[in-house]
Amino acid sequence: MTTVAARAVGTEADRVEGLEKVTGRARYAFEHPIEDMVYAAPVPSVVARGEVIAVDVAEALTFPGVIDVLWHGNAPKLERVGNAELHVLQSPRVAYRGQYIAVVIAKTLEEAREAALRVGVEYAVERHDVGLRADHPRLYRPERVNPDLPADVQQGDPDTALAAAPVTVDAVYRTPAEHNNPMEPHATVARWDAEGLTLYDSTQGATSLRDAVAPLFGIEPSSVRVIAPHVGGGFGAKGEPHPPVVLAALAARRTGRPVKLAVTRQQMFSVTGYRTPTIQRVRLGAHPDGHLTAIVHDAVEQSSTIHEFAEQTTTPTRIMYAAPNRRTTHRLVRLDVPTPSWMRAPGEAPGMFALESAMDELAAACGLDPIELRIRNEPEVDPETGLPFSSRNLVACLRDGARRFGWADRDPAPGVRRRGRLLIGTGVAASTYPVYRSACQATARAEPGGIFTVRIAAADIGTGARTVLTQIAADVLRVPLGRVRVAIGDSALPRASLAGGSSGTASWGTAVTRACEALRDELDRRGGTPSTGVTVSVDTTEENGEPSRFARHAFGAQFAEVGVDRDTGEARVRRLLGVFAVGRVLNPKTARSQFIGGMTMGLSMALLEESVLDREFGDYLNHDLAQYHVAACADVPAVEAYWVEESDPHLNPMGSKGIGEIGIVGTAAAVANAVHHATGIRVRDLPIRLDKLLT
Amino acid sequence: MNDDEDLSAPVTMEMRLSVNGIGYPITVDTRETLLDTLRERLDLTGAKKGCDHGQCGACTVLVDGRRVTSCLTLTVALDDREITTVEGLADGSVPHPLQTAFVRHDALQCGYCTPGQLCSAVGMLAEARAGWPSIVTADGGSVDARLDEAEIRERMSGNLCRCGAYVNIVAAIAEVAR
Repeated sequence: MTTVAARAVGTEADRVEGLEKVTGRARYAFEHPIEDMVYAAPVPSVVARGEVIAVDVAEALTFPGVIDVLWHGNAPKLERVGNAELHVLQSPRVAYRGQYIAVVIAKTLEEAREAALRVGVEYAVERHDVGLRADHPRLYRPERVNPDLPADVQQGDPDTALAAAPVTVDAVYRTPAEHNNPMEPHATVARWDAEGLTLYDSTQGATSLRDAVAPLFGIEPSSVRVIAPHVGGGFGAKGEPHPPVVLAALAARRTGRPVKLAVTRQQMFSVTGYRTPTIQRVRLGAHPDGHLTAIVHDAVEQSSTIHEFAEQTTTPTRIMYAAPNRRTTHRLVRLDVPTPSWMRAPGEAPGMFALESAMDELAAACGLDPIELRIRNEPEVDPETGLPFSSRNLVACLRDGARRFGWADRDPAPGVRRRGRLLIGTGVAASTYPVYRSACQATARAEPGGIFTVRIAAADIGTGARTVLTQIAADVLRVPLGRVRVAIGDSALPRASLAGGSSGTASWGTAVTRACEALRDELDRRGGTPSTGVTVSVDTTEENGEPSRFARHAFGAQFAEVGVDRDTGEARVRRLLGVFAVGRVLNPKTARSQFIGGMTMGLSMALLEESVLDREFGDYLNHDLAQYHVAACADVPAVEAYWVEESDPHLNPMGSKGIGEIGIVGTAAAVANAVHHATGIRVRDLPIRLDKLLT
Repeated sequence: MNDDEDLSAPVTMEMRLSVNGIGYPITVDTRETLLDTLRERLDLTGAKKGCDHGQCGACTVLVDGRRVTSCLTLTVALDDREITTVEGLADGSVPHPLQTAFVRHDALQCGYCTPGQLCSAVGMLAEARAGWPSIVTADGGSVDARLDEAEIRERMSGNLCRCGAYVNIVAAIAEVAR
């Protein structure tokens, strides 16, 4: 076991790139100046299903500045890969409205956009099906759910146990499609030269994007370089590769010029992924004292016809509470819709809305305090695998949160607290997120001047990764922060996993730790830094491959206070408070930002966010930020985040669990439970719009 | 489509654009927005494009000291106006107090909305000093330029932050406002 002397780790270090970001010097994908570059404007399909039978480019080509128009009839051919979303402009088939079917390349942005409107497209339109229903005839059980989990798990005899249970809850919860909407739209600058393909891209993983793009063009990954020093948010939308980056590379290949392509905000609703809508049925069986005898959680979700994304909606239910009889399932239907993908806490965020709402309903049915109900059902080991938890401090989070929030005096009666026009209520919900870690490589170099450089193709999408890796390296090297440089965001650096699954710090931090340990050993052996400097390399594949004897998850407790206007039905959050158990917190300043950021997105999920599908035309109707509401500053009052001390030796050298996603998990349920407490109305379909509260 | 209209001919105009105290003689396409001129022509990429429809505030800059969404502002209309972008907020190498406060309070994560938040905050504080009320200002009451948190939240609601840094943004601005 490595001992990391606590110096930089654990301190509130400011973001190392903070000054660059506040002065406007930080360059994002679209902002890298390249000589001789031209602009691409994609043409999206205006039908949801059918075939492109003719593309008339004649008029567009007459426009000044237009260099070329690509469509499936003239686009360079791509190799087939596993994800058909990436076979851009390879076929006349249209799988969803908004799918890219052509692209105009012109000298200026204005010329490209103008000409894109002049591309004539003729379709053979087919009847589309975009409606998700729990009784859809084409529902099926996916082989696995994201990231690689069984679709269905059953233990004991839940149906018999439910039938025999003295107290039951049986309810259907719905969550809408939601779009990640990072502030920076997906953007690429693509350039081909003798070396191969260079992509300045807005991505959560330089290595994984490189590895995904290379086979499409039939070239080695070493011939592709992805550069992404700063990324304007992702929340999962920039994790899996999406069509726009491929389209930019195609356009650059065809024209022989560097091409800039930025997805418009409107197009982001079709081609960059989103959170699948879910229909979830939760059944709980319990003794009158609240002890659960059965838990059944069934989810129905959608994917597109060309690529399967199966979200793991019910998987948190597998580990949350003890019950001898349990079942969790996932059913999917392939519709003529865009392909869903990762959005902050895929699975956990919608799944825990349902489970934690149902637990609140059970608490009321049993006449128990919702915190006490959860404590009574705390499992001693992972209920599914029987493995011990490496650490599990849900109860500590609930108790600490209750104390900080002022839960003790709470009157459980719903709909009785009036303050002027407002009905006031409070609610609680648990949160959880699994611990993931992936193999990485890293190098560490000592320069004769006492400067150390650590290199790894990690990504900082706003998480503070660059900062925390610098802290980790400084401590292992036993030097001050100012002597360490961390280079990330470039696939030319040692290969690294992407920023996803709250695994970044664990994965990259392990490699950085091992590289710096190896460098320290090397310097000890040499008795100092040689005049030419010295570099060491590590690979954590072996270390990461060791199976764990523990179930490893982060936990938390979310508390919300809401006010609901009795006349308008408008619900607003008055305060949010979260307490988390996430192992060791490496940088309290940036960690707190991750928690409050996740909780803010959870507030937004609870009250505002909903991508509305147009049944007639088959696309998401409210496809901009005026119509798709995300929480604005005035929507977000006090948001507080705390954490309990948690020492867990079974995680990684830092002792940390991931913190990027757990903040959103449970927040929507805490708000919905508070709305019930305020009004007596149980809203089981998000978002909690005012029409659902007017009775 | 009207055949008499020659849609393909771009209309251009020569003008002088003043940004952060520097005059740029340029020829602009009359369709060009200030945001695209700054980013694509002048290599001033601090102002960000988040929606191109005036809905997110990431492109906020100051025109004669007033905040505007540069994606909804045509460059051709800005002859003789003084434009300030995030690159022009610092006093030489000394960051603006808001820039320092944003870093200290961790009022940013991905940083993409940050230039717009900062320009908006500078303009907003000037509006408050000029006594402009907001919807949360008490009826008939005067504006206290030190602004409480509710005032700051209301006045900064044109700038979206998807990372959810609002709580820290408000704290940073409040510190400078006082």
